[in-house]
Amino acid sequence: MSQLICRELSLGYEGKEIIRNLSFHVDAGDYLCIVGENGSGKSTLMKTILGLRKPMKGEILTGDGLVSKEIGYLPQQTVVQKDFPASVKEIVLSGFQGRCGLRPFYTREEKRAALDNIRKMGIEDLKNRCYRELSGGQQQRVLLARALCATRKMLLLDEPVAGLDPLVTADMYSLISSLNKNEGITIIMISHDISAALKYATHILHISDELFFGTRSQFAESKAGKRLSQMKGGGD
Amino acid sequence: MEEMISRLGVFFQMPFVRYAFIVGVLIALCSSLLGVTLVLKRFSFIGDGLSHVAFGAMAVAAVVGLTNNMFIVMPITIISAVLLLRTGTNTKIKGDAAVAMISVGALAFGYLLMNKFPTSANVSGDVCTTLFGSTSIITLKEGDVWFCAVLSLIVVLAFIFFYHKIFSVTFDETFARATGTRANLYNLIIAIIIAVIIVIAMNLVGSLLISALVIFPALSAMRVFKSFKSVTICSAFLSVCCAALGILISILANTPVGATIVIADIVAFGIFTLIGGFKSGFKS
Ligand SMILES: Nc1ncnc2c1ncn2[C@@H]1O[C@H](COP(=O)(O)OP(=O)(O)O)[C@@H](O)[C@H]1O
Ligand SMILES: [Mg+2]
Repeated sequence: MSQLICRELSLGYEGKEIIRNLSFHVDAGDYLCIVGENGSGKSTLMKTILGLRKPMKGEILTGDGLVSKEIGYLPQQTVVQKDFPASVKEIVLSGFQGRCGLRPFYTREEKRAALDNIRKMGIEDLKNRCYRELSGGQQQRVLLARALCATRKMLLLDEPVAGLDPLVTADMYSLISSLNKNEGITIIMISHDISAALKYATHILHISDELFFGTRSQFAESKAGKRLSQMKGGGD
Repeated sequence: MEEMISRLGVFFQMPFVRYAFIVGVLIALCSSLLGVTLVLKRFSFIGDGLSHVAFGAMAVAAVVGLTNNMFIVMPITIISAVLLLRTGTNTKIKGDAAVAMISVGALAFGYLLMNKFPTSANVSGDVCTTLFGSTSIITLKEGDVWFCAVLSLIVVLAFIFFYHKIFSVTFDETFARATGTRANLYNLIIAIIIAVIIVIAMNLVGSLLISALVIFPALSAMRVFKSFKSVTICSAFLSVCCAALGILISILANTPVGATIVIADIVAFGIFTLIGGFKSGFKS
């Protein structure tokens, strides 16, 4: 049984379709990379999976013990207002809000788990710092720790390395990979970076005029895969 | 100095002044609580628009001649808050225009009503009171004082109860929504709390000065403090101090109470800006 099944999805805005007839599934422990050009609808797909938007057609099912509100999410460039006063601890803890319901306060276990996640992300010394004074890479780690509080099973990451320098990017990738390997968390990640996708992912979803979904090796064999990795190789 | 103390003594011997003082401080406390959320969610313009709506509603209530005008003012303001919030979050620019239209419209309508159907001989005095608050703390009406006291306590309790939820939807509404927080519900609750705050604060500082009472303490606190909790606590504390100081000065110097409180808030803002400047100056 898959954790997430998308069947014949059509997505779009105001009656205009941007993705047509998309089907794929994600099993526990998979690492799915979603690649495609800017504006091809990757973020839209992710928002639909999270239930922030409704698909125009088709359905999204969760299974294997996954409840849709237990999916952790790292948004694409969170537009946190520049001067928001919030400490790292406050932000990470807010990852538990979804499961609180009407309960007004966080439990002691939740506070401890939040600290654990902060530690896992290697930002323990920043836990009382103000979010807006951190570097881009540190901010992404904070948001990743928050996402971890919201889930034990599946993380959706929308361009987690956008705007980070190469060293920090590599760190971020290995951090995500270790969450996948060591904690068994299913990863669905949007990325522009084909070479990273081919390095870490188990499955690839390529969104363009022609949709592709398959394992990494199937993708490497496919027409689009060959073309894209060649472009990448030629460019470097 | 002695004269001042004896003047204060005379005032505070009246039990009513003591109650009014406590209520004034309570109002200041709760109006500061949502300041951060209002500023950061770009809701401050809604607060401004709402206070004008409350002015219009107040005029209607005066003309209709209700004994307790809160029965009209409160529901109208709450409904407007909910409507404005909806337009404001859907389409940013249209929302701004809608607020401007509603607030100016309500002002004009309210003034027209008060002028054409005067309830007392002193129309401009009435208008002035509704716009800028009671001229002195002793002209507050006793019924209003109790009403405000009860509502302030409810607001403070509601804020504490929803504190973490308000933080979540203010900091990152998309994430909150995606992970199962009922953001719409909490936005609604925020809107209702804002409306209640505006109506009760209107008695103290009048509808034109409310925004200052709501926003200045939060802006001041944000200059110096860096976490949501510390900013919230600091702005509540600051607002209470400024209100107490403002009321005392208004008694001593015989100045309008609302305006005096707002001036105190502005002075505090200046001081906190300086402190914030020094702090970041030391670091860099
Ligand atoms: N809120 C919106 N309303 C209308 N169109 C939108 C909206 N958000 C995105 N789009 C359009 O949908 C397309 C896909 O956007 P998006 O999913 O963000 O692409 P990607 O993440 O792949 O770069 C783009 O052409 C964009 O212009
Ligand atoms: Mg995107």
